Amino acid sequence: MIKASAYTFKILRYDAAEPGNAPRFATYRINVIPGLTVLTVLLRIREELDGTLAFRSSCRSAVCGSCGMVMNGEIGLACRTQVATFESDTIILEPLPNLEVIRDLVVDLTPFWQMYEKIQPYLIRQSPVPDKEIPQSEAERQRIDQFVNCILCACCYGACPVLAREPGYVGPAAAAKLARFVLDSRDERPGAALETVDDEKGVWACDTVFRCIDACPKEVRPTDGIVDLRKAILKHRFHKLLGKSEP
Amino acid sequence: MIKHDILIVGGGLTGLRAAVGLCDRFDVGLVSKVYPTRSHSIAAQGGINAPLANNPDSRDDTWEKHTFDTVKGSDYLADQDAAELMCREAAPIVYEMEHWGCPFSRFADGTIAQRPFGGAGYPRTCYSADITGHVLLNTLYERAVAKGVKIYPEWFVTALSIEAGQCHGVVVLDMRTGELIPVAAGTTFFGTGGYGRVFQHSTNALINTGSGIGMAYAAGAPLKDMEFVQFHPTCLIGTSILMTEGCRGEGGYLVNNQGERFMQRYAPTAMELAPRDIVSRCIQTEINEGRGFEHPLGTYIQLDLRHLGAQKIQERLCGIRQISIDFVGVDPVDEPIPIRPAQHYSMGGIDVDIRCASEVRGFYTGGECSCVSVHGANRLGGNSLLDTIVFGKVASRTIGEDPEVRTRRPDERALLKLKEEVERTLRKLASPGSERPALLQAELSAMMSEKVGIFRTREELTQALQKVIEFKERYRSVGVTSAARHMNYELTGAVELGYMLEVAHTIVLGAILREESRGSHFRLDFNTRNDADWLKHTIARMGSDGSPAISFKEVTITRYEPKERKY
Ligand SMILES: Cc1cc2nc3c(=O)[nH]c(=O)nc-3n(C[C@H](O)[C@H](O)[C@H](O)COP(=O)(O)OP(=O)(O)OC[C@H]3O[C@@H](n4cnc5c(N)ncnc54)[C@H](O)[C@@H]3O)c2cc1C
Repeated sequence: MIKASAYTFKILRYDAAEPGNAPRFATYRINVIPGLTVLTVLLRIREELDGTLAFRSSCRSAVCGSCGMVMNGEIGLACRTQVATFESDTIILEPLPNLEVIRDLVVDLTPFWQMYEKIQPYLIRQSPVPDKEIPQSEAERQRIDQFVNCILCACCYGACPVLAREPGYVGPAAAAKLARFVLDSRDERPGAALETVDDEKGVWACDTVFRCIDACPKEVRPTDGIVDLRKAILKHRFHKLLGKSEP
Repeated sequence: MIKHDILIVGGGLTGLRAAVGLCDRFDVGLVSKVYPTRSHSIAAQGGINAPLANNPDSRDDTWEKHTFDTVKGSDYLADQDAAELMCREAAPIVYEMEHWGCPFSRFADGTIAQRPFGGAGYPRTCYSADITGHVLLNTLYERAVAKGVKIYPEWFVTALSIEAGQCHGVVVLDMRTGELIPVAAGTTFFGTGGYGRVFQHSTNALINTGSGIGMAYAAGAPLKDMEFVQFHPTCLIGTSILMTEGCRGEGGYLVNNQGERFMQRYAPTAMELAPRDIVSRCIQTEINEGRGFEHPLGTYIQLDLRHLGAQKIQERLCGIRQISIDFVGVDPVDEPIPIRPAQHYSMGGIDVDIRCASEVRGFYTGGECSCVSVHGANRLGGNSLLDTIVFGKVASRTIGEDPEVRTRRPDERALLKLKEEVERTLRKLASPGSERPALLQAELSAMMSEKVGIFRTREELTQALQKVIEFKERYRSVGVTSAARHMNYELTGAVELGYMLEVAHTIVLGAILREESRGSHFRLDFNTRNDADWLKHTIARMGSDGSPAISFKEVTITRYEPKERKY
């Protein structure tokens, strides 16, 4: 429900190019109507009130993953968050945590993408491919469904308490991506490929407090993936111990 | 200055496919103004066409039939050799994407699932639920990571360098540091996507400004068939977010305020699955004649999915359901979705041949920014994702076979001169001006939606032309708030607006000249197709006065003689 005809937006502003100027909140009053999203408000501020406001946006329909941020303490995508869903008529917008701010709501995603690249985020095959598709049953396809839905928005990365204290942690999104491949019936990566996440900065670091699940705008459950990976790693260790070759 | 043998601009499906095809053998750099997975390709929903014959109803489907549907759908403006090439390559590239890990939905027999789409004789649209663009783009990005493609994310290309008939590279703005960097390359490929944001009501992402098309044109490369703009029939009221054609492919109905499935009056055989140009005109006609529903966000028509049942909606159209709930508060399981047509796709674009080569040495393009032409006057649903991957691949082949690819030297002086020009432009844009770029863009796009829409007349198009010229004049007074160059989205937006005005100019002029109705271009004052005078492509070049000069090019006809389109 809309609480007032005009809302107050407080946006955390900071420019890493001017480190001397400490972060500060800028305040804007905006008229609102039902259905208005936070992204629309941000666009309106930049277009009409303050051309210097920096934030990312692209698809405006919750599929490209550009506009993750903190809105009144909750992490989510600005484009699918309606102003009316907040309890108050003051809305505080802050950049995603666990990442350095470049400018205003734009954070440096380099560490996020580094983790993504580290886990070998692609299908690995050993056997030759057939002329047509590699068969996959509906149930096998179903198994990876939730992980396939990840839009790499980094909301989970921002929400993760482990990353807050251990920046080298692989993080929920990269782990979920790895699970997406390990669980794919067509993937043939050797068990040894799991060793990249088999340490205290890998999947064992997860506290399983499920903040990533709460933050995900796409109903992905990275913790499920982490649990699956732990199982796969144990299986791999067991095989290694017995000196058996991989199944 | 940075140098690569091959520079690719665009991290969407087209650019990534081109890069993946070249990076093993050549020194390739890929520049994109957003992280590749934020590209608009991510938003594609319904699917990609290929005659795999997996669906029990499509066992005798072939690439020839696919070609025929494409040519007929194009209202015979597609070049038939190009359409044939695309359809021949369709099955191989879908299998290739699958082998690279693309998680398509599956039939019970383990094959790739296929659904019916508009204007197609067979159910040949391969899909992954309603997130087909998402899975394809992720798969290609994954391949690019696997192959170690050198990617420069958040590098905004400000201008293209063409001099003496050769392309020398681009000048980019590194958005993070704000630095202007010339990128020299003997070969430049554009996969920069469409121009949807030139229209107010569009399904396209906010980043789809068409700046790539505009800067190629401004640099001297000709554009083709710009008057052909696709309006998608089913877009959510208010935001114009797409409700995929897959909704109708899965059996959805279109219903007016009389409770009537009105398509039976217009296309009794194909019904809701007639091609997009036709369905959009029908919906607009229903609305214009008072048979729409009223809503504060505008008059609409209902897209009714309820009879499909909750389970099918959840399984096959889960994203659509969520968008509908999030953005208009309507759960399609219980209520019809309120929709109306909106701009969706750019059939026209940078003029290239069937090998993706433009007339400029060393400059190639593919995907939505280009016009080969495979879509002619109207693109079929599911053929654009196909176009992006096929022609990304074709371009990589053409470029890879070019004997000069390693030896062609870009003229670095030309590039440095261009950098100075861009420097001046940016400085001018950052000096005080009376026009706010976003507001001028809003006026432009509102005008385009109003006067250059589904139904066109000479009178309105002439007004539109005057408006564009007036906006171009006003653009000279545009000023942005801050001169800082890093993450200054107002500044990059202002640069893009300059190119959007050029794109709009070519669309309007092409639409005025084309005195016939063909595919998406419908003139109320010339309401039939006229093959005798107009079975030809329009080519727009920037004239010396800065306005487009239009010439014509023959359409390639191989085996399908133009006939009347009936569905
Ligand atoms: C909502 C929606 C749904 C769709 N569904 C389907 C479907 O189901 N089936 C189908 O066949 N088609 C569909 N389409 C069409 C299809 O998705 C697009 O035509 C296609 O994805 C375009 O791909 P592309 O590679 O040409 O461009 P894009 O994916 O748009 O990529 C363009 C790239 O160029 C870069 N770029 C642009 N300008 C610059 C610049 N100045 N500097 C630096 N980089 C720049 C961008 O960063 C981006 O990486 C849909 C379209 C929409 C809008």
